[in-house]
Amino acid sequence: MTLNKKAAIVGVAESDEIGVVPDKSALQLHAEAARNALEDAGIDKSEVDAIFTAGVGVMDTVLIAEYLGITPRYSDTTQVGGASFEFHVQHAAAAIAAGICNVALITHGQTTYSDRRRPWRRARRWTYADPWLPASQFEGPHGAGTAPSVYAMAAMRHMYQYGTTQEQLAEIAVATRKWAQLNPKALMRDPLTIEDVLQSPYIAYPLHLYDCCLVTDAGGACVVVSPERARHCRKKPVWLLGAGEAHTHISIYSMPDLTETPAKIAAPIAYKMAGLGPEDIDVVEIYDSFTYTVLVTLEDLGFCAKGEGGPFVSGQRTAPGGEFPLNTSGGGLSYTHPGMFGMFLIVEAVRQLRGECGPRQVPGAKTALVCGIGGVLSSAGVLILGVE
Amino acid sequence: MTEARRKTVPVPMPEARPFWEGCKRGELLLPYCPHCQNYFWYPRPFCPRCFHWQVEWRPSRGRGTLYTYAIQYRALNPEWADDVPYVTAVVELEEGVRLFTLLVDCEPDPQKLRIGMPVEVVFQELSEEITIPRFRPVQEVGP
Repeated sequence: MTLNKKAAIVGVAESDEIGVVPDKSALQLHAEAARNALEDAGIDKSEVDAIFTAGVGVMDTVLIAEYLGITPRYSDTTQVGGASFEFHVQHAAAAIAAGICNVALITHGQTTYSDRRRPWRRARRWTYADPWLPASQFEGPHGAGTAPSVYAMAAMRHMYQYGTTQEQLAEIAVATRKWAQLNPKALMRDPLTIEDVLQSPYIAYPLHLYDCCLVTDAGGACVVVSPERARHCRKKPVWLLGAGEAHTHISIYSMPDLTETPAKIAAPIAYKMAGLGPEDIDVVEIYDSFTYTVLVTLEDLGFCAKGEGGPFVSGQRTAPGGEFPLNTSGGGLSYTHPGMFGMFLIVEAVRQLRGECGPRQVPGAKTALVCGIGGVLSSAGVLILGVE
Repeated sequence: MTEARRKTVPVPMPEARPFWEGCKRGELLLPYCPHCQNYFWYPRPFCPRCFHWQVEWRPSRGRGTLYTYAIQYRALNPEWADDVPYVTAVVELEEGVRLFTLLVDCEPDPQKLRIGMPVEVVFQELSEEITIPRFRPVQEVGP
């Protein structure tokens, strides 16, 4: 048995507001997104019997379930960074296929932008949680810090091995901005040129400011149900055709190959389950924590050969009207990025497959591939979705 | 702000104590698995490859090459705010393991840094208890 068409996504949504939301707690963003996704599905909260979330803090699903007033029969707090929600979809499908639950609610909510201005978060931020962790012993004391500091090192290795250029990375930021200009919910909608990206200050060489994702407040949610339940929802079901997940390391020096993400492991599993290959995919949503994340993941998903990500994205091939529709919401680079963007990849893929995307709609999209990447290129969750 | 900010000093994990004690003596010790005959990083009381639990410490020559690097311009961690721009690197030692390090005695300039360039260990005392291994380019011309 595989999970091919054993579950469907029937509801997706963001919180009521995304971007800069200083007057709502992260929990409220979870709840708004949950309400909106259930409404999108036409399912009452009382039907939810499984809960999935990550990134809340302590006992994530237990807190969210209490806050929402749900008593689940299945609960999963898998935390693999920004790709957690792709993992959750596969886990939900497995639990549904095993008959343990019928209606799975996956929620997300973060106020990372506003937290930076909250004194109780600022004070706590750089206290090492536990000195007896490898990161506290062997990374932190050497000036390792935020995600860009580490992704820059992976990008540098790719540039060295394959001749990838900063201009090629900038192509991704520019193409993604063009998609954002077609999305009224996107935070950054001003025109952006390759020159603008290259002129922007370095965050961590070789990555410029515009190579880096946004920091926002936002919530998102999706509803995964059994095939039987999917037949009676408000909108047509978006089927899970294939799924794959993998993680390889948490510290960059333990990454087996700095130019290869765990998507290389996860993607073949998902393709095999779906009975599809890269050439069969109409629209692609890849976690764009950084421009480099997209470039290397495109290779690992088999859309081009290893080392050819640079040429693949050149000439605005991934922009609206280009040959390869990619990150059609405007992505973490220009639409929103509250810390763990994985949920919003799923939201956009489902909307594309339903034909709900207005000016940014990819005409006739029947299949979508979602790839969450979490940590420091640590985890990859691949979902292949489709409509009949 | 000219005064260097105080940085968090590592508290040795029990399984890494011989490593930190070695550093204090100016010796870079690496964990080694005699069963599968591989060095590994970071220290654990077993080999993460073959899961053999009789592992030993072996002195390293402390030489290797620059595997990758990045120049850090933003230190959101205030401890490092006065240090930007600085260079973080992954070095690959002759013994085959990769370590994360602050690259010292070098200019934060891509023209002066080359992936593959030889590097060597240099020890910096952080406190009475803790000496930390950093790496620097070998025989680079510079002030």
